[in-house]
Amino acid sequence: MSDWKKIAPLEDIPRLGSRVVEVEDGSIAVFRTSDDQVFAVRDACPHKQGPLSQGIVAGHTVTCPLHNLKINLESGKALAPDEGCTSTYAAKVENGMVYIQL
Amino acid sequence: MQKILKQRKFMKERLVLVGNGMAGVRTLEELLKLAPEAYDITVFGAEPHPNYNRIMLSPVLAGEKTIDDIILNHREWYASHGITLHTGDPVVEIDRVNCKVISESGLEVSYDRLLLATGSNPFIIPVPGSDLPGVIGFRDIADVDAMLAAAKTGKKAVVIGGGLLGLEAANGLLLNGMDVTVVHLMDILMERQLDKTAAEMLRKSLEDKGLKFLMETQTAGVLGEDHVTGLRFADGSEIEAGLVVMAVGIRPNMELAQKAGLHCERGLVVNDTMQTYDPRIYAVGECVQHRGQCYGLVAPLFEQARVAANHLAKMGIARYEGSVTSTKLKVTGIDLFSAGEFNQEEGDETLVLQDPARNLYKKLVLKDNRIKGAVMFGDTMDGTWYFQLLREGTDISAFRNTILFGQHDLGDAGHGDETRVAALSDDAEICGCNGVTKGDVVNAIQTKGLFTLDDVRAHTKASASCGSCTGLVEAILSSTVGEGYEAKPSKKPVCGCTEHSHDDVITAIAEHKLKDMRVVFEHLEWKTPDGCAACRPALNYYLLARWPEEYQDDPQSRYINERAHGNIQKDGTYSVVPRMFGGLCTPSDLRAIADVCDKYGVPEMKVTGGQRIDLFGVKKEDLPPMWKDLTDAGFVSGHAYGKSMRTVKTCAGDTWCRFGTQNSTGLGVKLEQLTWGSWMPHKFKLAVSGCPRNCAEATIKDFGVVCVDSGYELHIGGNGGIKVRVTDLLCKVDTEQEVLEYCGAFTQMYREEAHYLERTAPWVERVGLAYIKERILEDEEGRKALCERFRIGQKYAQIDPWKERAQGAAAHEFTPLKITA
Repeated sequence: MSDWKKIAPLEDIPRLGSRVVEVEDGSIAVFRTSDDQVFAVRDACPHKQGPLSQGIVAGHTVTCPLHNLKINLESGKALAPDEGCTSTYAAKVENGMVYIQL
Repeated sequence: MQKILKQRKFMKERLVLVGNGMAGVRTLEELLKLAPEAYDITVFGAEPHPNYNRIMLSPVLAGEKTIDDIILNHREWYASHGITLHTGDPVVEIDRVNCKVISESGLEVSYDRLLLATGSNPFIIPVPGSDLPGVIGFRDIADVDAMLAAAKTGKKAVVIGGGLLGLEAANGLLLNGMDVTVVHLMDILMERQLDKTAAEMLRKSLEDKGLKFLMETQTAGVLGEDHVTGLRFADGSEIEAGLVVMAVGIRPNMELAQKAGLHCERGLVVNDTMQTYDPRIYAVGECVQHRGQCYGLVAPLFEQARVAANHLAKMGIARYEGSVTSTKLKVTGIDLFSAGEFNQEEGDETLVLQDPARNLYKKLVLKDNRIKGAVMFGDTMDGTWYFQLLREGTDISAFRNTILFGQHDLGDAGHGDETRVAALSDDAEICGCNGVTKGDVVNAIQTKGLFTLDDVRAHTKASASCGSCTGLVEAILSSTVGEGYEAKPSKKPVCGCTEHSHDDVITAIAEHKLKDMRVVFEHLEWKTPDGCAACRPALNYYLLARWPEEYQDDPQSRYINERAHGNIQKDGTYSVVPRMFGGLCTPSDLRAIADVCDKYGVPEMKVTGGQRIDLFGVKKEDLPPMWKDLTDAGFVSGHAYGKSMRTVKTCAGDTWCRFGTQNSTGLGVKLEQLTWGSWMPHKFKLAVSGCPRNCAEATIKDFGVVCVDSGYELHIGGNGGIKVRVTDLLCKVDTEQEVLEYCGAFTQMYREEAHYLERTAPWVERVGLAYIKERILEDEEGRKALCERFRIGQKYAQIDPWKERAQGAAAHEFTPLKITA
């Protein structure tokens, strides 16, 4: 059964930015969009494993810093015409605190 | 009543498209991209086929392609987008009062918006007998079928009209075994596209293929009783023919619009938003007249489609401002290209290259060193390049002496003569960065129905990295889809988030005193709430360059390298380059760097191309402590990671070198002290060589100084990258003080006026050396003001980002989060 894990206060993540959370088997990128929603995806682009956390965020997408693939933060899928998908994790903000489900 | 209104709110609006051709369906495609759910769409087409590529009818007639090859949208496409398609059922009436259309079969469909794309009809010369069976136009699949059938039975065909379409029809009939004569009213073929020389060469080549010509010949009547048997001419002579193809031009098909009372002149009149005089009705394609022009080529139609779609999607910001067109003849084995105004007028100059032995002819018509027209025969490989220079109004004086030899003569990265794409095999590599072959590109274009360079980039990644193969990809695109490929619009938007160009944005930021990105978005009506990874870094730069004292830099609009102040590597680690002014260093500097490498386990060190030391493989969280150690040893950031001033490369100079004329290292240190830390539209490199032997390679730098005995030569706009470009000599000055002033002024001019991600080399080519000389050399006051603005900006730019971060700034950027519960 997966659990909600407490990460950090929302203001620790810059708006239109991200922070990295280290977990046992790698890194998870937690994004904060301009509408103050949070999204969590595995910090690896489906193309060549670029660190998505380092990309530029616009709307609910992030652009990989290595080769410019655009990834939808809601689904983890690459935007057409590119293909591929990275894992997503449920994320939420409660009382100003960010949680992700592992 | 209220209830009905309420219900209507939940229903989608209805859009009816009349005309299932390239312009209309293209508009739907653009619309679906912008607003996929906006309308219930119904399409009426007179022909029984789904949308096909009309431009490729000539290759179908010539037997080089099949009908199936040229279908652009299959019926499944319409179905998958929920579009109702009625083929073989033309609309015969528009009831504007009740907002509905009525088709030939009696179908009535209501609309909220109507899009007319009825195309054009071939012009049939009004002579006796022109309605006889066997007299046809060359317009649609039915005409091609009729010609192919005639070729099986008859032997002799006459094509009236020696224009593009007529010659393609004639060539097709010839390949189908017919005896073909082309009848032309004028004394030169394709008179709207060619001058006399090129037209004569064309006629000769076509005669060699077996076509016959009757020039300056006027048709007086078509002979025959129940089928055509021949033609009679104005001089009384006659010719035998079992098939007559009329290809003397097209007329906008506006009968339906006229019947509905819409204002028509030569075509259906639309404004810059592609709207007719009825605000519910839009029109695109060959049926329209825009600013007095009717277009019969496909590239303008696509620009119109994009504008109409923008307004149908209720974005309401795009404008169509007319198109410059170019033409290519699709007759295999004959290369012909024409664009713009190719007949010389007063004040124009003409460059001509003519080689009768190789059957080669190129003519460029220039006005004020800018191309206004081009005609080429025999070798059209550089047509797309000339056309681009024409549309962008590029000053060609810098390469005027070699322009006729083509773009590869300017030194493309090793493509050279290989630019003849047609001759390339399918496994020839086109894009060296992404490993894309010609076959990959052709395959993607054909199977995915691509028309634009951007589409091909998105689908194949060809030319999406360094861009040096862009010309090749464009050439493949045009040879695969015909001239129908969508040339870049004359005004290129910054990105998909806006219609505005870089220049529009730069001007607006200055004139309207816009000092915040959100304000820019609002003022220029950005289409996306947050912009995108292409426009945000550009806007951030423009704001920073214009308002250095006030604008608050936005780290989230910077590429990761500039946000992390290191260069991201393929494994996600960073590289660190400490600045060494002028390339000078001391034993203790090197000891400090060595200690840092030991302490943080740097796996690899390397001397860079700009004479600095690069430390690879640094973990992101190690960056701030490493910077602290380097800062303590006296180093500042080397900015090897940014769109910024990089390094000043120097040679030994007169302190040591027996050939040195000046203190090149000393001057290099001063230049680097002046310019370090400055953010630029793109990376910016300097060099100082102590004598004309030029060991520091100053003549391939953005700003290079070559010392001579009597002073300093200043060189600008060089590049040693993708496309090597030797600098232009700006001027010679006498003192180091002047070198610094001219450098500051040139740098600031580039910072203020170049487009984001435009190196100095293309910028200098775009605006012209003469303009830069005017601003920097002739206007002393302007030069001093530029230099002063540069110094003001530097006050804010020369705060070392490493030191700030070593002291704890932006710590969140470098520290991972921990799971707390």
